[in-house]
Amino acid sequence: MGKHVNGPAGGLTILEGLDLEIDAGEAVAILGASGSGKSTLLSLLAGLDDASAGEVWLCDRRIGDLDEDGRAELRAGRVGFVFQNFQLLPTLTARENVLLPLELTGTANAAERADSALERVGLTARAGHYPRQLSGGEQQRIAIARAYAPRPSVLFADEPTGNLDQQTGEQIIDLLLDLRQASDAALILVTHDPRLAERCDRRLRMRDGRLETLA
Amino acid sequence: MSAWRISLRLLRRDWRSGELYLLAAALVITVAAVTAVGFFTDRVEATMERQGSELIASDLAIQSSTPLPETLADEAKTRGLSTAQTLEFRSVLVTDQTPQLVNIKAVDSAYPLRGELRIRANADTQDAPAPQGPPAGEVWLESRLLPLLQIQIGDRIKIGETPLRIGAILTREPDEGRSFFNIAPRVMMNTADLKATGLIGPASRATHRLLIAGDAEAVARYRDWIEPRLAANMSAESASEARPEFASAVERAARFLHLATLTTLLVAGAAIALASHRLVERQTDAVAIMRCLGAPRRLLTRIFLLRLVLFGLIASLVGCLFGWLAQAGLVGALSDWLGEDLPPASAAPIVTGVATGLICLLGFALPPLLQLTRVTPLRALRRDIGGPKAPAALALVAAGGALALLILWQAQDLSLAWKLIAGVMGALVTLVLSVLLLVRLAGRLTGRVRGIWRLGLAALARRPSGAVLQIGGFGIGILALLLLAVVRLDLLHAWQDSLPTDAPNYFLINIQPEEVEPLRDFLAEAGIERAPIYPMIRGRLTRINAHEVEPSDYEDPRAERLATREFNLSYGTEPQPDNRIVAGNWWSGEEAPPQFSVETGIAETLGIALGDRLTFWISGHAVSGPVTSLREVQWDSFNVNFFVTASPVLLRDEAATYITSFHLAHENEGLVAELSRRFPSVTPLDVDAILGQVRQVIDRGVLAVEYVFAFTILAGLLVMYAGIQASLEDRRAEHGILRTLGTGRRALLGSLAVEFTAAGLLAGLLASIFAEATGWLLAEQLFELEFSFNPWLWVVGVLGSGLAIGLAGTLATYPLLIRPPLQSLRQAG
Repeated sequence: MGKHVNGPAGGLTILEGLDLEIDAGEAVAILGASGSGKSTLLSLLAGLDDASAGEVWLCDRRIGDLDEDGRAELRAGRVGFVFQNFQLLPTLTARENVLLPLELTGTANAAERADSALERVGLTARAGHYPRQLSGGEQQRIAIARAYAPRPSVLFADEPTGNLDQQTGEQIIDLLLDLRQASDAALILVTHDPRLAERCDRRLRMRDGRLETLA
Repeated sequence: MSAWRISLRLLRRDWRSGELYLLAAALVITVAAVTAVGFFTDRVEATMERQGSELIASDLAIQSSTPLPETLADEAKTRGLSTAQTLEFRSVLVTDQTPQLVNIKAVDSAYPLRGELRIRANADTQDAPAPQGPPAGEVWLESRLLPLLQIQIGDRIKIGETPLRIGAILTREPDEGRSFFNIAPRVMMNTADLKATGLIGPASRATHRLLIAGDAEAVARYRDWIEPRLAANMSAESASEARPEFASAVERAARFLHLATLTTLLVAGAAIALASHRLVERQTDAVAIMRCLGAPRRLLTRIFLLRLVLFGLIASLVGCLFGWLAQAGLVGALSDWLGEDLPPASAAPIVTGVATGLICLLGFALPPLLQLTRVTPLRALRRDIGGPKAPAALALVAAGGALALLILWQAQDLSLAWKLIAGVMGALVTLVLSVLLLVRLAGRLTGRVRGIWRLGLAALARRPSGAVLQIGGFGIGILALLLLAVVRLDLLHAWQDSLPTDAPNYFLINIQPEEVEPLRDFLAEAGIERAPIYPMIRGRLTRINAHEVEPSDYEDPRAERLATREFNLSYGTEPQPDNRIVAGNWWSGEEAPPQFSVETGIAETLGIALGDRLTFWISGHAVSGPVTSLREVQWDSFNVNFFVTASPVLLRDEAATYITSFHLAHENEGLVAELSRRFPSVTPLDVDAILGQVRQVIDRGVLAVEYVFAFTILAGLLVMYAGIQASLEDRRAEHGILRTLGTGRRALLGSLAVEFTAAGLLAGLLASIFAEATGWLLAEQLFELEFSFNPWLWVVGVLGSGLAIGLAGTLATYPLLIRPPLQSLRQAG
């Protein structure tokens, strides 16, 4: 698989010759310096962007065969996201943010599942708060609750501790891995933090648009 | 979960977060203005119609030169309508003195159905209302007949074969001004005595009238029933048809009200556009995340559409409620004029209001909102990917289409609507070009100035599209306020001045040629300076070019009547002061070749064009000439006016009577009796009642228009607020960075003041130009009023708005400066 873009300064190859398979329930860390193509890889794996060459399969479906709406439907309920900058909707409370993916997919017992997800991340007491009233760590815990509430098969996390101090970051990683284990979802974690990567089943490094497996 | 439930939930959450307040306020104001005017005009038109009805003593008058079939009255009665019958004819009263031609009106006991009949029990007492006409065996006379015939109240006079007792002096008949010209002194009697007089036979020349009054809808339905049953010599008239002066004033009042609504609509439309723009900007991230979470486009489209329609419906219904309350307040403020028993408002304005709200919202907000569904989910990972922009053409077509549709619908006047649409589009183009020019100028100046000037001008130059939106918002807001000033100070005053306190309230007709000079002296002695005396010649229009004029040529009943009746023609060297030549040219001098000048309304009705040759039959011979000019006549000025005027050579040798009008103060009314004694053949006609009605329409109309303009002010302030808010998001990040880099708070404050003041000055300048141009156009084109340019408007418009917007913008943005830079950066994402 590869990704090539054309810019004002000519063509640029971001990813080249990638061959990667991730099993159900596996936790994979993708390491790399800034600009190495980690996030691009994540967006291709999640079907948020198109590969220039090769193909991507997600949950037994070839993404290239699907249009935008087909990919959205594929993601619905099966894929969760945790972003570096949390990406909570500012107009919704913590609980409503967790409810959103469940409502969009028409999940039964959405309210109970949202409440249980909030309980798992230890923020039941903050359910009625808006994102601006929460600390960075709390916001990321809400984002994790949102990602796990639909019980996804795959969870993509893009630098989930990038905006947090070390101690909070570690708490967030604990929470992510605990929930992953409990739900048996695959976790694809993009980070430049080697300590975080240590805790995953497999570690890969992006360098010059290529992937290498770390011992 | 259905799109319905998600839409409802998201709507509730958006509302709670305050995201929708601005849009809701803009929408509520728009709908409230439209419905308030709708409810109000709905009810007031009924009242005005009723007041007009007082001028014809009924809601509808059926007139005929032969007795009216009984079936007409019977049908009216079975429809629950009230009826009355009158019969007018001329006769001569003979006493020991000279014989006197009089106009006799026989009325039944139901007369008058509308308006007030007033009489004086004797010559010295005040007049008082009389519930009905004279009882059988009695007559009431106009006061000037007493000295002319040397008779007293209580005397008996013979009408035909029957002696009748003079019971009172007739001071006011509601429909006295009806037969305006050539009326002799008036006498009123009871229909019961008519037969005994022996004056009326089957072939007598008389005017039979059946008066109808009742519920407006029932009257309208009756009219629909009767129109096809009217014979050639019969006609049906409502108040507005019978009294052009009144109809003209009511029409202007309605035009002013619709104009006020339209202004509000345009200004609030700008606020809706700005608020939608901001809403869309703030929703971009939310959509990207929802797409990441698996929401397909069609679901998002459904959600956005439903949410918008639901929001539009709720806000419009709230707007309707405010509109109804505002209308109730206005009705309360005008209760002395409108009376207590105003008909209830119909539900139609609610439909109009909700439809207006939805059209506005869908036109301005739907294209950018639907475009939101195209946001790539990748934006959730990469903030550098901007939101998709709605294709400019689509957004323009939708917004322009919505505006044009609303203008066409609300203006209720196609030519006004097109002018407005052209004006608005022209103004928008000028606005955008001017702002882009300013942005470029600011960019050039940035390199040459330092400190806060540099920061402020650079801020303007950095965001051309933001500047267009912001200055556009300010400009439209100020334009609303200035337009209000123009309409309030100039147009409404001009309207009130068009009927000055000394507007003519008396007409003198039937002045004989030899009486012209003595009468002029008499009036001058009495201190009446302004009483121009015009010659009047009766003539029937027989030909237009080679075509014989036949009543059957015309389908329009008014045209048909005009083709049968005699015109009052006049001649002169100058057009009347309140006439305006709209086509062709007026002739010059006494010896100008034979030609006519025709009033535009009648020219249109009869199909007369410039250059046509008219032939009139006057005293047994034909007089003809070409039409060389068309005139607009201000009928509600109460000056003497003519449909057709000729150059002097054409008519000066014809037998003429003369006519004048003048203002007579109430305390000098004794002059009329003196005048009747000195000039017995001259007929004075008191038009004070109709003058009063017209004045009342103007005064209350002005008040109602001012009231509706309160909505325009609100909309104007809102659009300016929206203009300031439009740039807040960008500024948050910018100020965070600038402060982090060490720019002082004072310098930032100064740069804000420079930026907003520059924006305010430009917006003020543009708004002043548009306001003056609009005022001039409205006065000249729409209301036919004198317009004077107002230098203060420019001073207040330009300097005032520079100051006000400089201050308001700086103050509104100040909270960004006092919060820690990190907080601004975090909030900006």
